[in-house]
Amino acid sequence: MIRLEPRPAISGFWTYASPVTAVLLTLITGAFLFAALGQAPLEALHIYFISPIADWYGITELFVKAVPILLCAYGLALCYRAAVWNIGAEGQLLMGGIFASVIAVQFVDSDAWLAMPITMLAGVAGGMVWAGIVAFLKLKMNTNETLSTIMMNYIALNLLLYSVHGPLKDPHGFNFPESALFGDSTLLPILFEGTRLHLGLAFSLLALAATWVFISRSFIGFQIQVMGQDQAAAKMAGFNKTKLVLTVLLICGGLAGLAGAGEVAGPIGQLVPHISPGYGYSAIIVAFLGRLHPVGITLAGLLMALIYMGGEMSQIFLGLPNAITGVFQGLILFFLLSSDVLIRYRIRWASNPMKAGAA
Amino acid sequence: MDLDLLTNILYLTIRTGTPLLLVALGELVCEKSGVLNLGQEGMMLMGAVVGFIAAFYSGNVYLGFAMAACAGIAMSLVFGFVAVTLNANQVATGLALTIFGTGLSAFIGASFEGKTITALPTLAVGFVETIPLIGRPLFAQDAMVYFSWILFIAIYLFFKQGRGGLKVRAAGENPTVGSNLGLPVLKIRYLSIMFGGAMAGLAGGYLSLAYTPLWTENMTAGRGWIALALVVFASWRVGRIMLGAYLFGFASIMHLVLQGFGLSISSNLLATLPYVATIVVLVFLSKNIERLKQFEPMALGKPWHKTH
Amino acid sequence: MDNTKRLEMIGITKTYPGTVANDQVALSIRHSEIHALLGENGAGKSTLMKILYGVTKPDTGTIIWNGKEIRLANPADARALGIGMVFQHFSLFETLTVRENIELALGNQAGNSATLATRIRETSEKYGMPLDPDRRIASLSTGEKQRVEIVRCLLLDIQLLILDEPTSVLTPQEVERLFETLRLLSKEGCSILFISHKLHEVTALCESATILRHGKVSGNCEPKQETPASIARMMVGEDTPITHNAKRAIGGADFLQVRQLSTTAADTFEIALKNVNFSVKQGEIVGIAGVAGNGQEELLKALSGEQPYGSESIWFAGTAVDALSPMQRRRLGMAFVPEDRLGRGAVPEMSLAENTLLTSFDSGLLKKGFIHFPSVTKLAKRIIQTYKVKTPNELAAASSLSGGNLQKFIIGREVEQAPKLLIMAHPTWGVDIGAQVAIHNTIFALREQGCAVLVISEDLDELYNICDRLGAICDGQVSPFVATDDLPLAQLGQWMAGDFAADAQEVAA
Repeated sequence: MIRLEPRPAISGFWTYASPVTAVLLTLITGAFLFAALGQAPLEALHIYFISPIADWYGITELFVKAVPILLCAYGLALCYRAAVWNIGAEGQLLMGGIFASVIAVQFVDSDAWLAMPITMLAGVAGGMVWAGIVAFLKLKMNTNETLSTIMMNYIALNLLLYSVHGPLKDPHGFNFPESALFGDSTLLPILFEGTRLHLGLAFSLLALAATWVFISRSFIGFQIQVMGQDQAAAKMAGFNKTKLVLTVLLICGGLAGLAGAGEVAGPIGQLVPHISPGYGYSAIIVAFLGRLHPVGITLAGLLMALIYMGGEMSQIFLGLPNAITGVFQGLILFFLLSSDVLIRYRIRWASNPMKAGAA
Repeated sequence: MDLDLLTNILYLTIRTGTPLLLVALGELVCEKSGVLNLGQEGMMLMGAVVGFIAAFYSGNVYLGFAMAACAGIAMSLVFGFVAVTLNANQVATGLALTIFGTGLSAFIGASFEGKTITALPTLAVGFVETIPLIGRPLFAQDAMVYFSWILFIAIYLFFKQGRGGLKVRAAGENPTVGSNLGLPVLKIRYLSIMFGGAMAGLAGGYLSLAYTPLWTENMTAGRGWIALALVVFASWRVGRIMLGAYLFGFASIMHLVLQGFGLSISSNLLATLPYVATIVVLVFLSKNIERLKQFEPMALGKPWHKTH
Repeated sequence: MDNTKRLEMIGITKTYPGTVANDQVALSIRHSEIHALLGENGAGKSTLMKILYGVTKPDTGTIIWNGKEIRLANPADARALGIGMVFQHFSLFETLTVRENIELALGNQAGNSATLATRIRETSEKYGMPLDPDRRIASLSTGEKQRVEIVRCLLLDIQLLILDEPTSVLTPQEVERLFETLRLLSKEGCSILFISHKLHEVTALCESATILRHGKVSGNCEPKQETPASIARMMVGEDTPITHNAKRAIGGADFLQVRQLSTTAADTFEIALKNVNFSVKQGEIVGIAGVAGNGQEELLKALSGEQPYGSESIWFAGTAVDALSPMQRRRLGMAFVPEDRLGRGAVPEMSLAENTLLTSFDSGLLKKGFIHFPSVTKLAKRIIQTYKVKTPNELAAASSLSGGNLQKFIIGREVEQAPKLLIMAHPTWGVDIGAQVAIHNTIFALREQGCAVLVISEDLDELYNICDRLGAICDGQVSPFVATDDLPLAQLGQWMAGDFAADAQEVAA
């Protein structure tokens, strides 16, 4: 039997080696999985993980996919550092998309330069509203945020469906559940000709820098971390829990909302029922995999975007269901949580002879 | 509203509430032992897809349920290994189980979407079925509904009397004390987790083998999460789980009720009702957090490992 | 006295990563003997007991029970042999009833659960500690909880009862009653292993003693032949100072005044404070004695501002501070050393530098809301140096320090803020004697500078040692406060039991 032996201090090495181990274990398991499905493992891995980014266009697509994931994950990391278990980035992203679309459809035929910024701000507001409700429920009503955020996700999803089937449906759209196509003035400018890489990349780079400075340099960032690690110490020091919880949730909601707005006014260009293939959920994995650190998250987010692209590739070239993406996502999180044990413990195989009789 | 519709609403309330009752009972036992498993959704989905595939190939819906339970147990063992043996964060591990189960079930079920099987038959108990209003809801259900009632009573008695329930509660109240006194805390927790897995598997199976009966990706639609809220709703007391499950069953078929009143509201908006109801219930219960804390297992969700 | 050996432990060794908890330890107890196991915190007493009770397995060594070598795989084995144990931190499930607790602990030995309740009643009354089997543990007093632990052992056919620091949670009177029960048990032939670090109790109760230091046996003695000082020498070794000559002081003007402070309990685990009145003067140390769970935590929270309570009941230098947050109270000169060092006083996984920032942020460590890291490092280094905190550097995690060193750091951190009022809970709990002396000297120095110091503690020796005035808390009420030298221990004991009427005036005069 496995026995855990606490380390005298947490292992710095394993803090960073653990995500790498998790990725390697996922790849190995992936190879076995492909083999079990009758594919040549190495070739399949190549198709899944290398071929999507073998050319310039592929690389830009990687960033297109990574932008919404990263925006959500930076915010989630702040929440998790504060021990606020927000798993509602998905809902906050969807609300951002809906709010942005409400504004964007007003500007379909306009060329006002303000259209795009207002659309983005609307998205931020949508995410903040959704996260603000969670903050209110947590702070004023003591409601567990894990459950409330997941419920808010389902509610947001149904509101999205309601919007595209109802008030936001394009009157000239042949009854498809979609909004009108957004006008050029609301769309995010393309950064490189011939690609889909848009201004959202700049947003996510800004978010990277801002959250990094915020968490590692500001006193509020310090307070957030104290609260997350040790509620009693935060109370003893007199840190204002309400303010801190509200801060992390609103930042996260705003960033997720921005991600949603960036999707509808970016690569999609209208409101549709499927504006997110679970970016908000993947971002949870990304946040943990990136050690809740903005730089780590950036790397993890790119990997997650690759897993999404690989899923599409394997559907096209290997004939496997796209849902393999979810399998890889789940595996990577399991392996990460398992490897993380090594940060605090040494693993011992129980070998004490006296123990044998005890079992 | 006529009697037929009312009968039908009662009948469907119980049917819709049954998977919630099953999964919530499983999670209740698990939480009583001090383990918070947020992976219900993933275990349900795996139960649903594995049960469906088994029934599809064998033609035997009962075998489907057996396999659904096994799938749930298998998933729960993965959770147990990571969260109990390796002592990882239970919230994160449960979440991983849900993400993994969602992905894996969609992956292995992709080619079974749209396939059909013969649903779990209803077992009418003869003439009593013809009693007006309550006859059909109570006496013309399928075997799993009756099973869920038996199970409900069994778990009620398990915690009410006898040493087994006491041991599970002890593991959930204070595992260190339990271990010092010689209780096999890890074993108790593993068994509780596995029971939770079996119940979630059956609940998922109920959806794909009896309720719809179809397999579609993500068909549980948050029921695993609602079950978690149900346990809070019940303040960790068995008796209230059934009430909660049927209340949520009722909220899920609200469109039928409104139809009875001749109202028509967007089905998408109505679909938010169970989730809104969950939040409302949570808010209502959590307001008096001290009262809630009285019933919550004290060690719930806290990683624990044997230190000697 | 029966001279046959009940128990012999020979050559017991147990290592944990980084430490040797027991090193070739030998222990021998006769029939119906009351035997003391003495040692400082961390000397290896707990490990040895856990081995004897089957909780922990030794790496090497032999245990001989009534002449036969035995192996204990788990506590059930120990119980089957007739070994019972009363843990220092009670092994009780708070939300379960007395009967359920005992039933769980005894397992199959509990027998018929219907008759168990009756047996609990009978046994508990026979030994002078009545219990109601259907009460929930959470509703019992600390003393009653201990009874549950003891009765649980007595229900079995017991031959050796182990008690781990049993008196630390009792009032002096309760201690006397416990000793009577133990003497009765011993007369009936039961051996008793009494673990303690309180020397006067050991001399009063025990016939023989084994003393541990750094995991090894450092001496055996008959306590009645020794003085507390000579036993203390065996506990701490030759080179540690064990006495300090505390001088008493008479303070100046009142700094902290608590006037008619009353609170309501938020839940069943909390104690309501009832009309609490006392004051702490500048330049004096005031102590509050009491058994844990009598409102100390609630009082501390009210004073620190963690739990605000409205009305004008707490005053700093003539200003009511009830409405102020902990941060604002700090700015008025309050500093706070909580009971839990790790997980309240310091964030375990943060560095000492970060833990400096935790409460010293107003000491010029911030610039426009951002952290000025060089200043943080500088202050942390100064604290480490001034208060002789043993640590590689300021980047070490708080959790890597020993209890005494961390406490020196935390107290240093608070003292460096030049407080006008320092509130401390159990300042030397679990700290070795060397660090204890250093901490007490720091407190004395602070008093000389005119700071008002409030110490809340369960350790009566410490309170008598350092406090200028002393009072007690019981069930949310506080006794009168009088000069320490005018307060006999017996009187304080009555106060701790809630009997405040007991002649305060007379004693004070």
